[in-house]
Amino acid sequence: MNPTTALPLGKDLVGLEHMSAAQITAILDTAEPFKEISERRIKKVPVLRGKTIVNLFFEASTRTRISFEFAEKRLSADTVNISASGSSVLKGETLVDTARNLEAMRIDMVVMRHPASGAAQFLADRIPSNVINAGDGRHEHPTQGLLDLLTIRDHRGRIEGLKVCIVGDILHSRVARSNIYGLLSLGAEVAVCGPPTLLPLATSELGVQVFTRVEEAIEWADVLNVLRLQLERMEGGYVPSPREYNRIWGVSSARLDAAERDLLVLHPGPMNRGVEIDSDVADGPHSVILNQVTNGVAVRMAVLYLLAGGQPESAEAAKQGDDS
Amino acid sequence: MPEDNRIHLMDEADVRREVVRMAREIVERNEGTDRLVLMGIQRRGTQIAALLKEEIERSEGATVATGSIDITLYRDDLGTVGPRPVVGESILPPAGLDDQNVVIVDDVAYTGRTVRAALNELGDWGRPQRILLCVLVDRGGRELPIQPDIIGRVVEVHAPDRVEVLVPDLDGRLGVDLVHAEAAAE
Repeated sequence: MNPTTALPLGKDLVGLEHMSAAQITAILDTAEPFKEISERRIKKVPVLRGKTIVNLFFEASTRTRISFEFAEKRLSADTVNISASGSSVLKGETLVDTARNLEAMRIDMVVMRHPASGAAQFLADRIPSNVINAGDGRHEHPTQGLLDLLTIRDHRGRIEGLKVCIVGDILHSRVARSNIYGLLSLGAEVAVCGPPTLLPLATSELGVQVFTRVEEAIEWADVLNVLRLQLERMEGGYVPSPREYNRIWGVSSARLDAAERDLLVLHPGPMNRGVEIDSDVADGPHSVILNQVTNGVAVRMAVLYLLAGGQPESAEAAKQGDDS
Repeated sequence: MPEDNRIHLMDEADVRREVVRMAREIVERNEGTDRLVLMGIQRRGTQIAALLKEEIERSEGATVATGSIDITLYRDDLGTVGPRPVVGESILPPAGLDDQNVVIVDDVAYTGRTVRAALNELGDWGRPQRILLCVLVDRGGRELPIQPDIIGRVVEVHAPDRVEVLVPDLDGRLGVDLVHAEAAAE
């Protein structure tokens, strides 16, 4: 087959904001066959044999890091994990120097989580390896957005026309941003709902509706994506207490039962049971939270596969497409 | 595409005749239909496997297990040609492949690389008792020491020209065409 059949996904996956609907759909479609690999007795295919991937995590992560590592290993790549604690980052090395040193050891891809927004793009512009953003500050967490899209599509058969409400701390959430961009790109109606202190000022610029009461959001939505309330937000004075947050914004089965429609409830994890989501919802019939985790591996396999074979020409073309 | 670049090698009746003969040969080589599994290579091999299954079940009155293999993730040329936009799904028969007599079915035998990939994939799934290779057309040009056991028709075709197997589900008719390079370049 000729190279033009290769997808113009580009060199890196930094965020969903500048990706086309066709590119996002292509990743979701590619993830479908990868689901089956994780169900096999031998959960491994040789497609990335000989590729070296560095998982560079400057922030704590369990789910995302392990999910990436499973995805890499099931595609037969060689992986190295580096976390900020216990690395030369503590000795004051800059991000670019760390990455250049890794490059000098001849790596092929970097999966990075970093507390600074824009860190993934910064790195992608400076090293020839593929860079995959595993969460950068408050900017984006594209693979989480993709796995949420895949989970919604699995259960509802489509994205277009669905009403999806993201509930919780939108202001600090990279998951919310990736979800909003991805959902809007695929034609969903998107709303956000949360305490006014935790909503960005310019929500209208994102093209989403705003609900200030969770009951209204539940009334409106087909899908709820409930975000984690980071407990450090208490100290910042954004919300008075976890109990009060739960009383006003918590997704409970009583609130879900009041809705006429059969809602789908997502949560990117880790959950604070009894704060943003009640246990009977998290473990109840509406919840697809563990499906999200399963889909996370398939989506990440698809992204790694598509980026690994990316042609330099198509990477250039994709970048030019972004600029125009 | 102009018709003069395309030569009909086999029409529907030719293909059906060969399928009947190949089906008989599979049953002979397997000494019956016991533990027989037909594994078609996506996508046209799967179609040929379905024809063979139909024929074996008609003539032998037994049910034949089938599955399909998508070898995309087992290819050795990801770095040179880039990823396939569509990765297909592999489907395993419910009983698995351990101790089965597996027949890999493909439409055309050419370089042998597809079969190499399929063998690697089957090895990851189980340990068949025996594996045979069955193709509708052998066009020569092998790059690996892999030879089909059961062949519909042998045609010597040189490099840029292509052999196309047409199946009803994908192409609207059953047959085999030889396509000259000029047509392929268009």
